[in-house]
Amino acid sequence: MRSQSGRKAALDAITYLALIVGAATMLLPFLWMVSVSLRLPADQWSRTLIPSPITIQNYVEVWDKLPERAFPYLVFNSFKIAILVTVGQILTCGMAAFAFAVVRFRGRDVLFSLLLATLTIPGQVALIPNFILFKYLGVIGTQLPLILPAFWGGAFGTFLLRQYFLTIPRELVDAARMDGASLWAIFWKVYMPLSRPALAALAIFSFKDSWNDLLHPLVYLPTDMKRTTLTVGLAFFQQQLQMGGKFTVLMAGAFLSILPLLLIFFIAQRYFIGGIALTGLRR
Amino acid sequence: MQYGLKPLGRERLWLWGLLTPTLFGLAFGTIGSLLATLLISFFNWDLITKPTLAGLGNYLSLVENESYLKAFTNTIKFASLYVPGVVISSLFVAVLLNRKIRGVSLFRTVYFLPAVTSAVATALVWNMIYGRDTGILNYFLEVVGLPPVCWLCRDQAMLSVIIVNVWGAIGEGMIIFLAGLTAIPRDYYEAATVDGAGNAQQFLRITLPLITPSILFQTLISAINAFQAYDYIYMLTRRGQGDSTVPVAVFSIYRNAFNFFKMGTASAQAIQLAVLVALFMALLLWLERRYVVYE
Repeated sequence: MRSQSGRKAALDAITYLALIVGAATMLLPFLWMVSVSLRLPADQWSRTLIPSPITIQNYVEVWDKLPERAFPYLVFNSFKIAILVTVGQILTCGMAAFAFAVVRFRGRDVLFSLLLATLTIPGQVALIPNFILFKYLGVIGTQLPLILPAFWGGAFGTFLLRQYFLTIPRELVDAARMDGASLWAIFWKVYMPLSRPALAALAIFSFKDSWNDLLHPLVYLPTDMKRTTLTVGLAFFQQQLQMGGKFTVLMAGAFLSILPLLLIFFIAQRYFIGGIALTGLRR
Repeated sequence: MQYGLKPLGRERLWLWGLLTPTLFGLAFGTIGSLLATLLISFFNWDLITKPTLAGLGNYLSLVENESYLKAFTNTIKFASLYVPGVVISSLFVAVLLNRKIRGVSLFRTVYFLPAVTSAVATALVWNMIYGRDTGILNYFLEVVGLPPVCWLCRDQAMLSVIIVNVWGAIGEGMIIFLAGLTAIPRDYYEAATVDGAGNAQQFLRITLPLITPSILFQTLISAINAFQAYDYIYMLTRRGQGDSTVPVAVFSIYRNAFNFFKMGTASAQAIQLAVLVALFMALLLWLERRYVVYE
């Protein structure tokens, strides 16, 4: 008995050691980002984690010194696109998920299987025809090609919400039906309000994917600093810095660009993690 | 008999209203795109002049196109290290976190951070960390007395980029595996302990077989991501004119379509990538029928 508890303590120690080493590896790039962003430009390549002296000058310079004073524009563009994408996904995936989970209609299961099968089509396959479609609509160079596809549903979001809708007791539907509620009323007044955790998860995923997207803004948005997104703007800024420049300012910009998602993540962590676990469960 | 609510009268219109965006998406976003890409791949088209029929020409020329072959090989190399890397390391973290220890939620938060933050922003730091003369990784090597490594040069760049990609993907895999692990009934382990099975035996005989569905799911997700990996590779290895020291298939598709406006060539490459994903899925599903345990 004694040796068994001794072994458990040893195993616990190894577990903690492995987890701490791993956690340090996960954290180091973030700590380094913050550290460099708080240094004087002269210290940008210093190898100490805690900067001395500490300065917030770089955060001020991001606002003024980014080419064309573009920072506020980049932030605005990123927020605008990500919010519209989120609204589009919640609305259209919610509608489809409700139809698949609650309503009885011919061809439902076939259509749902077809939708799920599209999860395996690589995104690059859609890139070329969508570019051509948007070119003929004359909207290349605007934000529309980034926003519009969010309003035509999607397999991931529909699947996630449907899984959650299926857990809502059917008696609620029957009761609402008895009271003469229409299909739309049951969707909008029963299912959507009761599904806040799943909706929050989808909202966070949609916002995150749009905010962090690199490929699509590169394809669709003009390459001038004021009209692209914060994420892509940073990539451009780095390219200009290769010639030699202040990496301290770049790191301040990078940290500001991940700040909104960090805040959302810390506030709504359980929805994030719950959402991923939900998609991993077998249907 | 299908379960579910029956739409009454005019509600049938509402039902189609609910489904219209999704049907639109299938037509223009996914299935329609697949068919359109397939169609375009049989033509030569620069989007300015009229498309001309190429037949199988775009596919045949892929075999002779050295830069594409290289990109395609790179994609396969990348996937063959990235997929096991993500699956094994995130399973490892999840198994550790599934032991009854303190601070699980704090560790979970930390491991998940890279999955939340943009690859562009974190790649900017990785670029500094990987720096040859000034990066801290080489500083660590120097401290332990090893020669510096040029992490992002031709020979090492592939491995360095895979490390960052795995770093970024552990969080999501960990969550998938934790969900699978917590679903295993505790009594199985208790019964095994009573029978005298050790930790290693319990892992091999209980945990591993019962978590095969999660392993399959995570392998699939990682493979789909591997064939589409772009952000970190772009940020860490890009050179002029959209080129890269580690060009993968997506780079090739992007350059052909949007730098050279060879829509037919790019489409043929995209189709080939899709076929590769489909073949890999078929393989996984075959393995699933043979080996995966469902309760």
